[in-house]
Parts: sequence; C-alpha cells; structure tokens
Amino acid sequence: MERREFIKLASAAAALAALPGCATSSGGKSIGRVVVVGGGYAGAAAAKYVRLWAPDIEVVLVERDADFVSCPLSNRVLSGGKSIKDLTVSYSKLGSKYGVQVVHDEVTAVDADKRTITLARGNTISYDRLIVAPGIDFMYDAIAGLNNADAQKKVLHAWKAGPQTVALRKQLEAMRDGGVFAISIPKAPFRCPPGPYERACLAAFYLKQHKPKSKVLILDANEDIVAKKGLFTKAWKDLYPGMVEYRANSELVDVDANTLTAKLQFEDVKADVLNVIPPQRAGKIATSAGLITANNRWCGVDYLSYESVAQKNIHVLGDATLAAPKMPKSGHIANQHAKVCAAAVVALMHGGEVYTEPLIANTCYSYVSDTEAVHVAAIFKYDANGKTMASVPDSGGLSSAASDIEGMYAEGWAQNIWADMLG
Amino acid sequence: MKKTTSAIYISGLLAFFAGAAQAAEDVGSRNLAAACAACHGTNGHAVTGMSALAGMDKAYMVKTMQEFKTGKRPATVMHQLAKGYSDDQIGQIAEFFAKQQK
Repeated sequence: MERREFIKLASAAAALAALPGCATSSGGKSIGRVVVVGGGYAGAAAAKYVRLWAPDIEVVLVERDADFVSCPLSNRVLSGGKSIKDLTVSYSKLGSKYGVQVVHDEVTAVDADKRTITLARGNTISYDRLIVAPGIDFMYDAIAGLNNADAQKKVLHAWKAGPQTVALRKQLEAMRDGGVFAISIPKAPFRCPPGPYERACLAAFYLKQHKPKSKVLILDANEDIVAKKGLFTKAWKDLYPGMVEYRANSELVDVDANTLTAKLQFEDVKADVLNVIPPQRAGKIATSAGLITANNRWCGVDYLSYESVAQKNIHVLGDATLAAPKMPKSGHIANQHAKVCAAAVVALMHGGEVYTEPLIANTCYSYVSDTEAVHVAAIFKYDANGKTMASVPDSGGLSSAASDIEGMYAEGWAQNIWADMLG
Repeated sequence: MKKTTSAIYISGLLAFFAGAAQAAEDVGSRNLAAACAACHGTNGHAVTGMSALAGMDKAYMVKTMQEFKTGKRPATVMHQLAKGYSDDQIGQIAEFFAKQQK
C-alpha cells in the first residue's frame, strides 16, 4: 500500500470518528441536502432521524399544514373523548432541536433529472435525495355524485383528521334519535384498515348515551371485516347490542348527497348521516413525480431503502407506498419506514452501504369504547429472495380481549410516537 | 526501516478496519433499536406511559425480553413483539439502550 492511500484511509477513519462530535451542532459544512415532502407520521420522522443520525446533512421539510394533526385517535373526537387540539402537535421542535428547515407550502412539481422541487409560491429547492411522504388522496372520480365540493361538504370522509372530523361529530350531534349513521368502506387497501370498524364502535358509544334508538350501519365493499374481526364483532355484540349492523359485499356505486343515499349495486340505502370513506391512492405529488407503479394508485419501493423503483434518488414512505403483503397502511408502519429510509439515505450520502437486515414493527391500537382498546401487532423482516418484507413466523398477534389497560397503552403509544417524530 | 513502517501501516489499517466493523455493528444495533422508539421514545427516552429503555442494564433487558418471549412474564403486547427478534438481535438492542444516557 502506498503511503498516500493509507493517509486517505486514515483521514476517512478520522472523519468517521469525528461525526458523533458534531451531533449537538447544526453548524459546520453540509455534505448535501435532503428534501422531505409531507410532515405526517412518515415524513416528519424521516426529517428528524436524518438530522439525528447525520448532522452534516441539511434537511428541508415541506409541509402544507401549520401543525400536525393525528389521524390515529381521531375517531375519539366522534365519541367525545378527545378534541382536535389534543391531537395537534407543533412542527417547531424539528427546527429548534434538530435543525430541520420547515417550509409551510405545497410542492407543485418535482424534476427528477435536475433534482429540484417547485413550491406553490414559485421558487425551487434543489436536493441530493428527495423523500416523498404525501399520504393518500381520495378517488372521488370513482363516485360521480360525490365528485363536487358541495356534495363533499354534506357527505364527509373524516379520513384526514381536522375540520372534517369535527364536522362529522357535529353531524352526529345534530342527528335525530332513531336515525341511521352509515359508514361506507372502500375495498382494501386503504389507510388504517381497522379504522372504519373502530369508528363504528365510537359512533355507537356516543349514540348509545345520547340517542339510544339510533343505528350504526356499516356498508363494507370487502367480503369480510378487514382487521381485528373477532374483537370488533364482540364489541358490537357486547357493548352496543342491536345498534351496529354489518353488511359485507356492499360496495358503493354512487351517492345522492342531497338525500344522503348510498347507492349500492342492488339497492339504495338512505341514511341520516352518511360517511363515505372513498377509495384511495398515493397523494397527488406521487403521480406528477412519476412515482406510481402499481394499479395506477401506489408507489413501488425497494424495502431496504424505500427508494422508488421508478425514479432514482427519490424515496417514498408511508401510506403512499405499495405495501408488502399483510403490511397495513398505519401510522406506526409509516414511522418505521421513515427510520429504515433515514438510515439508508444517511449511509448512501456518506458513501456507505445500505443496511440489509431491517426489522420493523407494527403496533396498532383501536378503541372499542371511550376507555377500552384492542391491538394488532407484528414484526416484519426483509426477505431477500422475494425482495419484500415478511412477517416473522410466530411473532405478533391480537389482544385476547378489549381492556382498559390497552386503552391506556393506546394513549401512551400516541404520546410517544408523536414525540418520536416531532419532539 | 521500510519493514518497520509497513508494520506500522498494517497495524494502523487493522485498527481502522476493526473500527469500521464496530461502526457497522453500531449502525445495525442503532437501526434495530430505532424500531422500538415509536413506543419507547427516541433513543429509549419515553415521554409518558411506556417503559423508558435508555440506560437500562443490558442483562436486565435481555432477561426481560427472553421472559416475554417464553411467556414467563405477562404482557399485553410485548410477548407478541419479542417473538419477532432473535437472541442476537435482542442482545444488540439491549447493548444500544444500555449505552444511552438516562
């Protein structure tokens, strides 16, 4: 070995050793820039963890909304156990503690060749790597009667937490005793598989106290309950006897928003409050950035780095991705995507190798009343043969029964995962 | 003279590669432990309602995880999650959290 080569190696080693020393400072020379689009469960965690693990990488997070509002726990706004304020977290610590530059704007275009994004306000930002975490968009074009703003004000989705959640609660408050609250569920895959059934529980919880003659009617496009079936059916039977009716194979074909009628293939169902969770696809920017690879809806990724299979130097996280089998579109999974991606981005930008043995967890709680919750959990590891994530045999499972202690853990889960992404 | 300097280079190189291997292992355990942070806080610093793992004694954490795995220790969810990890992975994760300041 030549002396010069050795010196190179030695200084590389010194540079490596010096890195942790920079951890507290956001100054120093940056080796490159990561831009993150979308500050939800995936994007905010990715922004924080890139900075946590690589203070020499500049991170810009572009997020449309002023504050983060959590979808998980938002069904509790319907039952009255939570307010939207309880589910709202500021982005400020990403800047003050981690040096993430948070820009509140919308990304209107991505140029993968020039490696730039364009903001709605007009200027462009260049990146070395782009992390796209846009969540979901609703496919209103599939439901003609809902494909206009007026109809969408009457028939709510409340599937993105915020004003819609509050408005749906108000609709329930205004409903007559003896009315029907109908929930339409699209064919899987959709964001938060247990969410619609949890919503049925928590709407029933509210109605049982205030309007006990009312009904909750579940119109499910799927052939069976998609998640936690035994636990939900037990809750409906034991906690809300006679109130919750479940209908499988009831795909929504159209809606009459004026009469609050759900049009199914063979019948029309009239409701007093109609809640349609529309079919979903990756958030809009995924389409314009050329990231959609599956069924015209989802973004295919390499599960070791979450780099798009369609575009180099662009990573996609969370609900927008084409999920591996049995891997739900959950907030917890989005958080886990973020860390695998952050580790890969940091490694690649430092000229290193991507870690090949990622292990990720899912723990997903649902409330069945104001205090009792149930969970489903799983551990997934990388399957090199199938190039996918597969659940580890014998790991994971469901609650044996709903309990108050799991209700407390569900609250603890929320506080901790919000702090893990934004605190 | 040439021999001596070569020997110094080689010992330097060995130290470098040992350091690189250590760094790779640290990154692996850091990545594994990051999955736990969703419930147990960034680097094990839980904010409320969950066990804080930062600074936990390594042997204690390994024992606890093994007891979750075998079902000896009652749990709501950890018995299901612990079964997803090999003994080696549990060791790596415990080592990572033991090194974090409480």
